[in-house]
Amino acid sequence: MGGATFKGGVHPDYRKELTASLAITAMPAPAKVVIPLQQHIGAPCEALVQVGDTVKLGQKIGESKGFVSAPVHASVSGTVVAIGPYNHPLGRKVEAITIESDGQDTWHEDIKPHGSLESLSPEEIKAIIREAGLVGMGGATFPAHVKLAPPPEKPIDTVIINGAECEPYLTADHRLMLEKPNELVFGLKIMLKALGASVGIIGIENNKPDALRVMRQAVEGEANISVVALPTKYPQGAEKMLIYATTRRKVPSGGLPMDVGVVNHNVGTAVAMCEALHKGKPLVERVVTVTGEGVARPANLMVRIGTLVSEVLKACGGLKETTRKLIIGGPMMGLAQTSADIPVIKGTSGILALTEENVDLSEPSTCIKCAKCVGACPVNLVPTFIAQAAEHELIQRAEKLHAADCIECGCCSFICPSRIPLTQWIRLAKADILERRRQQQK
Amino acid sequence: MNGKLVISSSPHIRTIESVQSVMIDVLAALFPVALIAVLLFGYQALLTMVIAVISAMLAEAIWMRKLDIFGDGSAAVTGLLLAMTLPPAPPWWLVVVGSFCAIIIGKQVFGGIGNNIFNPALVGRAILVVSWGGHMAGQIWPVPKPFVIFSDFFYDISAVTTATPLAGQEQALNTSLSQLLFGNVAGALGETSALALLVGAGWLFIKGHIDWRIPGGYIGTVFVMGAALGGGFYGNHLLTGLFHVLAGGVLLGALFMATDMVTSPVTNLGKLIFGIGCGVITMLIRLYGSFPEGVTFAILIMNALTPIIDNFTIPRKFGEVKKSA
Repeated sequence: MGGATFKGGVHPDYRKELTASLAITAMPAPAKVVIPLQQHIGAPCEALVQVGDTVKLGQKIGESKGFVSAPVHASVSGTVVAIGPYNHPLGRKVEAITIESDGQDTWHEDIKPHGSLESLSPEEIKAIIREAGLVGMGGATFPAHVKLAPPPEKPIDTVIINGAECEPYLTADHRLMLEKPNELVFGLKIMLKALGASVGIIGIENNKPDALRVMRQAVEGEANISVVALPTKYPQGAEKMLIYATTRRKVPSGGLPMDVGVVNHNVGTAVAMCEALHKGKPLVERVVTVTGEGVARPANLMVRIGTLVSEVLKACGGLKETTRKLIIGGPMMGLAQTSADIPVIKGTSGILALTEENVDLSEPSTCIKCAKCVGACPVNLVPTFIAQAAEHELIQRAEKLHAADCIECGCCSFICPSRIPLTQWIRLAKADILERRRQQQK
Repeated sequence: MNGKLVISSSPHIRTIESVQSVMIDVLAALFPVALIAVLLFGYQALLTMVIAVISAMLAEAIWMRKLDIFGDGSAAVTGLLLAMTLPPAPPWWLVVVGSFCAIIIGKQVFGGIGNNIFNPALVGRAILVVSWGGHMAGQIWPVPKPFVIFSDFFYDISAVTTATPLAGQEQALNTSLSQLLFGNVAGALGETSALALLVGAGWLFIKGHIDWRIPGGYIGTVFVMGAALGGGFYGNHLLTGLFHVLAGGVLLGALFMATDMVTSPVTNLGKLIFGIGCGVITMLIRLYGSFPEGVTFAILIMNALTPIIDNFTIPRKFGEVKKSA
């Protein structure tokens, strides 16, 4: 089924060469970490520690009773010095626990291997994954154990590991595939067992031939796991696009992958799952691609969760004077930041500094109806009409044009020769539509 | 760098393409046919094109009170497209009037680029055809002089300068299909060489500026209707169909006028319907109307229908469940 892909998409300048050949290096633990109590989609955690408490590396310091949630853990050993609102990559301030490191990195005594996969039941696996605080590490940060517990009427037969990494600049997943292929495959096996699924697929864009080679070697002899080369096209790694490209199944509009018997997980999540089982290690660090023309020494770094972005940038030689934009995530879907005084969280796949030459500040001009956005939209929308409706506050028309189905991949804005911020307009329409639906339900 | 960070909504990178770069690509795509026209009709053709382009840019600059005369390049495209629909050596004032009408009545009164309903170049041409039919339709075309070195190839040009071979079956039979393909045939500047038009459109296709659906629907319909209803001269119905495709303004219209982004549908199905509609109206005018050629009015009529076509052809979203299933 190689070569299959979705309709639409764009071909941005990938710029992955800045970091693709750089092995993952561990950034030394910082003197201080700031661990937000919400790093995932779902209920925020409540602090389990108080100011002045001593904590150890890997100790659970925040938890929520909600099912759709994930606990947070201390990423250094040391002392809790503050609990309160702190800047968060998603924009608003969020309750966070600040820990001063004692420099010892003493692991918490509960951190120990959970035994072999064969000896564990699916329920035990899900409990381990939840306790480890695993979330979708591609950026969506949906709690991992929730995806492994679909309702019984939605049987899952296929697990897809997303190794597309279609965002330009980012190479964290690429490096993980090269450096930890066996851990990745093991992580996939954990998911298959937890879900009772029979088929595992690892989808990788064909601009990463080395990763394809390494992963194919790693799955040799695994009858039910295959590696699929995907055409290089953004957004190949978007959930619905990836599922279509690898299985030819179309997730229904408004539906979830489990509606077509599929669960998707990111490469980073699979590796973290392996470590959670083998070592009992909770999610206390992750690979972050620090890149962009504004970074002095781009790198793929293993960074402790809660490390301030300013510290990470310092470790990479700091920002160049020409930096105009600081982005958490990739250039297509990442979020622009007002400052580097924010912590790395579980979903931080990249720290990207763009310079003047790639920050386009030109004013939008009138739509010339070139229809390039129509051709680029991977979910078959007519972005320019939705944007026009949003601009004129015609919310009903926007809804009729399926604005709520937008996956916010950014292709339409990217391709627009008139520089119209189409994605932004559609987001606005989408928010209004969802708000109205909520009110109607009341 | 503090205090200077730019905040904006994603995506943070953009294509290098701009409205201006698209327009420059269109100008480049018209180069082959412009070149053939100059070789065929001599300096008068060049003069016509230069006057049309400059007066179109001037009209826009005056209307918008701007000094940047090239701007986004769309006025130059309109001027050149209008020139392509003109006879080889029209009086200079006719060209200027056409350009000003195209830019002002065709485009600026609607609010400028992106807001116009009708193809501006065709609005200009339509006004000229209706107002100065004699100049436009060929009764008083001066005999142009091809450049001497090419006069062998374009041997009989002066013999066939009676406007379009569509004027009647007799004129049609005086013209061979290979003449139509290579261009040594009478007609407006851009109606001569089918090959040059195809080369230029191929460039636009590669650049992703035009889609196969409009030209495909248009040309396909003209061929089918020409073959079925054209009367079967050339001794073969299929060749008659081919004649209708190659002769006159169909290729120029289908490849460069109907594909005008602003005035054609944005949906894929809409584009196909638009193309087929253009073809049907063109052939109805050619075969049953009082004009020998119907491209201009066919496209203008379909332009008017574009918003409705778009509205009725919004594509099914990804993963949409069929209601009947």
